[in-house]
Amino acid sequence: MEKRVRFKSAWLPWVLVAPQMAIVLVFFFWPAGQALYQSVLQEDAFGTSREFVGLENFRRLWEDPSYVDSFYTTALFSVLVAAIGICVALLLAVMANRVVRGAAIYKTLLIWPYAVAPVVAGVLWLMIFASPWGVVSYTLQALGYDWNHLLSGRDAMALIVMASVWKQISYNFLFFLAGLQSVPSSVIEAATIDGASPWKRFWSIVFPLLSPITFFLLVMNVIYAFFDTFAIVDAATQGGPGKDTSILVYKVYYDGFKALDMGGSAAQSVVLMAVVILLTVFQFRFVEKKVQY
Amino acid sequence: MRFKPLALAGAAMLSLAMAVPAQAQTEIQWWHSMGGALGEWVNDLANQFNASQKDYKVVPTFKGSYDESMTAAIAAFRAGNAPDILQVFEVGTATMMASKGAIKPVAEVMKMAGVNFDPKAYVPAVAGYYTAPNGQMLSMPFNSSTVVFYYNKDAFKSAGLDASKPPKTWPEVVLAAGKLKAAGHKCPFTTSWISWTQLENFSAWHNVLFSSLNNGFGGMGTRLEFNSPLHVRHFENLANMAKQGLFVYKGRNNAADATLVSGECAMGTASAGLLGNLKRNAKFDFGVSTMPYYPDVAGAPQNSVIGGASLWVMAGKKNEVYKGVGEFLSYLAKPEVAAASHQRTGYLPVTTAAYELTEKSGFYKENPGADVAVTQMIRKTTDKSRGIRIGNFVQVRTIIDEETENIWSGKKTPKEGLDAAVKRGNEQLERFQKANKG
Repeated sequence: MEKRVRFKSAWLPWVLVAPQMAIVLVFFFWPAGQALYQSVLQEDAFGTSREFVGLENFRRLWEDPSYVDSFYTTALFSVLVAAIGICVALLLAVMANRVVRGAAIYKTLLIWPYAVAPVVAGVLWLMIFASPWGVVSYTLQALGYDWNHLLSGRDAMALIVMASVWKQISYNFLFFLAGLQSVPSSVIEAATIDGASPWKRFWSIVFPLLSPITFFLLVMNVIYAFFDTFAIVDAATQGGPGKDTSILVYKVYYDGFKALDMGGSAAQSVVLMAVVILLTVFQFRFVEKKVQY
Repeated sequence: MRFKPLALAGAAMLSLAMAVPAQAQTEIQWWHSMGGALGEWVNDLANQFNASQKDYKVVPTFKGSYDESMTAAIAAFRAGNAPDILQVFEVGTATMMASKGAIKPVAEVMKMAGVNFDPKAYVPAVAGYYTAPNGQMLSMPFNSSTVVFYYNKDAFKSAGLDASKPPKTWPEVVLAAGKLKAAGHKCPFTTSWISWTQLENFSAWHNVLFSSLNNGFGGMGTRLEFNSPLHVRHFENLANMAKQGLFVYKGRNNAADATLVSGECAMGTASAGLLGNLKRNAKFDFGVSTMPYYPDVAGAPQNSVIGGASLWVMAGKKNEVYKGVGEFLSYLAKPEVAAASHQRTGYLPVTTAAYELTEKSGFYKENPGADVAVTQMIRKTTDKSRGIRIGNFVQVRTIIDEETENIWSGKKTPKEGLDAAVKRGNEQLERFQKANKG
């Protein structure tokens, strides 16, 4: 059922596609090329002396056991962020879709967190969970759980996952809500007349219709967890305790912007880029098969 | 008649056009990291200088924390837009010193400005830190601090401790912490800047090396040595305190400062620069004392080493800018200006004259504790206690944060944690040495 548009002239499609290509070139290929170039250099902080070092920066990465560890941390973090983010957003979207009165208010409130900068999200959740006076940590303490993200790696991971999910839920919610509203009501009504329970209606009609959106969100959320979360980590845990929340992108940020090691940071961002390209290819090859358009 | 207003307007325009170049001030951009009460201090300094003359206008801009402002300045330098004056924390000193093309030594700036400049007027322990091996002063000492011990006198009284007798040694700290805890205090002791207070200053205070080659003053080949038996013993002590709830870890950098000001924690080691904040915001009586030490260690207590920041002048500016910068920096070092800064913030006096002026005015008698930082610093220094100047110091401190967190959480023993920090830190030192040789 592919729709193809046929152009009569040879150059018109290229002209139409040119603005998009220009944007991709300037905002993706150029910086990516810069990263590749910098990853083979070693510079001092101010860039007054630079030296070609070949693959030295990459070699150093693999010799650092803590870098290899942070792959595991990143995998755990991004699976949690993507899975929880998508599930909670779907639940909220289904509920918001059923609301009749005050729907606009609910939707606005749910979309709000997206306008918050990541670093603010990190600080916000840090406040809520600050031990011992944060709202939630205080309550947890009263319930007998000694919350301490400064020394417990599990608590720290939970904190950054919550902040990252909260920040991304609005985005997921928006897409799910749009998808739900485009589900034809006649199909649902027909199923209801056939006696299908709400649960059954959701899983055999609505969710399959949402599967392309879910797939899109899966890709977007993985990219989000990989690239966009360093400010949250920086504000909430700074990669600690120990290195328990030092995800790959935070290390890129730390080495580049705090430690001023441009070469090492560029090498890591090249590795990170490769990982995300591989993941996306994998998702399109294998997960996409489960998607019905 | 009709033309008169027009002619007047024309004359006014003309005189305005002529007046503009005559009044043009050279703007001097100053990036700093002083927030809150300290930010007001920086603004007051700039305003007072601007009011004192007509040719230059210093414009201070708050650029976030120390590492943020340094990153911002480096990005700006790469884009050809660097500020004229940059406040850099002591940890960045080796990086700035190694970036010869990016900075202009303060001694040269002073010469260009034609202002009177005598490096000997500065407090030696402070100025020595910012002086190159050839004796040239590279940056202007500004807000140098050192570690002091703060304690909450009200909490001491309520725990039945003598508020006029702060603990002088670590065993006494443990005893006091025990009593505070027994009296219901949830956080008897905490500390800011783990590496700076518990390793760097701890080493100088006990006259042991933090890293070889006199803590980096002797060359780039320096290697970390803070896993000696004395260091391990100290961290075993701290780890035990943590286990018993006597020492409560409050996070990296200066996160613990807020808990001392709010009264949540009763005792703590922190920067002398916290004094101004405490004076202003603490709702209880507090005291300042010297850093604790182990009485059985020979030579302890020695002297403490500096922290805080200095002002660096960036390269590639116009001559008139450098003249203005020179004027401004020498203004900051004037005895009455420097003495007022010292008294207001709790940071160390920059010049000996400022210290003497403060002493003469009776300030230390009226403000007991304000002299602790000064007397800690101006004791005789040894080769082991002059300061710490190592490369990639930001990373080394983060490594120390990470490994000591593993100690507090019980994942590693103090020996394992310190050994790992030394090993990982040394890799950073080797890299710095390699990158800055050529």
